[in-house]
Amino acid sequence: MSTFSTSQIYEWLQQVTDPEVPVLTILDLGIVRGVRVVGDEVTIVITPTYSGCPAMDVIGINIRMALMSRGFKKVHIEQQLSPAWTTDWMSEDGKRKLKEYGIAPPVRKTSDNPLALFEDDNIPCPRCNSEHTELVSRFGPTSCKSLYKCLDCKEPFEHFKCH
Amino acid sequence: MNQLLYTLQIADNALILGHRISEWCGHGPILEQDIALTNTALDHLGQARSLYQHAADMFNALSTDEKKTLFSSTALQNKINKGEALDEDDLAYLRDGWDFRNLLLTEQSNKDWAYTVVRSFLYDAFNFYFYTALQNSKDTVLAAIAEKSLKEVTYHLRWSSEWMIRLGDGTEESKARVQEALNNYWTFTGELFEATTVDNAALADGTGVDVAAIKIQWQERVNTVLDEATLTLPANVWMQSGGKECRHSEHLGYILAEMQFMQRAYPDMEW
Repeated sequence: MSTFSTSQIYEWLQQVTDPEVPVLTILDLGIVRGVRVVGDEVTIVITPTYSGCPAMDVIGINIRMALMSRGFKKVHIEQQLSPAWTTDWMSEDGKRKLKEYGIAPPVRKTSDNPLALFEDDNIPCPRCNSEHTELVSRFGPTSCKSLYKCLDCKEPFEHFKCH
Repeated sequence: MNQLLYTLQIADNALILGHRISEWCGHGPILEQDIALTNTALDHLGQARSLYQHAADMFNALSTDEKKTLFSSTALQNKINKGEALDEDDLAYLRDGWDFRNLLLTEQSNKDWAYTVVRSFLYDAFNFYFYTALQNSKDTVLAAIAEKSLKEVTYHLRWSSEWMIRLGDGTEESKARVQEALNNYWTFTGELFEATTVDNAALADGTGVDVAAIKIQWQERVNTVLDEATLTLPANVWMQSGGKECRHSEHLGYILAEMQFMQRAYPDMEW
């Protein structure tokens, strides 16, 4: 088979989405750390969002299927833990898509005082843009999200945590 | 060999506390707190997986003779005799209780909300400073796991600190119950900072953490939160230890019986 360029592979990876937040691709999330091609073998280096995130296994399978269907004989998925994933790596396009989907995107660089108590980020409502919102819980339906409610439009919403 | 035992100690803490916390799944007092604990349990289990895989890789690199001396369970001895490589699941599901190295604190029962919060708080404060220091380990895999885990542990410590304050500075009832839990679980905090031969060897070769040194930071954090929570620091308590050297309380056997049952009854089953 002809060898594929790295940029071609990135284009295909841009079609692999996060199974729990399907509007985001794995490139939007910033979890792809490297691509290496040798002949018809390719290695994709990914970093997990959270240690226990069950989506990582599914993402690995989806990457493998996407690339094998394009003719690669062997697809290796390599996990890299350091540097630890941060939402600072999320693309601007990804943040826009999250908001349109109804999830408030991460708003700041990762925490400067991680141990401050009873201090919450001021997160604007993704529906009505009001900044008059309240944290319900720092833990949500998936590891990467917390729960908020809007005190103006009264809707509850999820926030993709600044991590 | 020491690096393997040291890694198992950290992995066992994560697995056993994670399992304990997961027992709250579906039983939390309100939905949001049920979700908070389930998320926390998942973080611990995720960290345990990375640590066990690292331990398994080190185990597989040992000579056959060394392998045979490490774990006594028949299930593991069978695999070793057949020359099979071990993985993260083998270390979690096929080791017997006397091969577990977790702190006694992590295996204590949930009892009620106050006990659960106190156990998490005392451990999270330790775990935060432990992982902070472990980022400098010469074992680059351990250092990477520490860097990754620290971000998650930060959420845990904020959660348990805030609950200590909410309960301590809450009603008369909540204050009395959280103080009682604190008095009863304090006896397990001495072990956090007791260096075993494994700890000392890991410290000497640059892979481990100086637990005596992080005691100062831990104590400072505990004092700050207890002050805010208007709780009293327990004094003159006899300290119970042994978990890190594989001597456990009665609780661990029950945890393992439940957790390991399927793999022991149906070896190598998958679903």
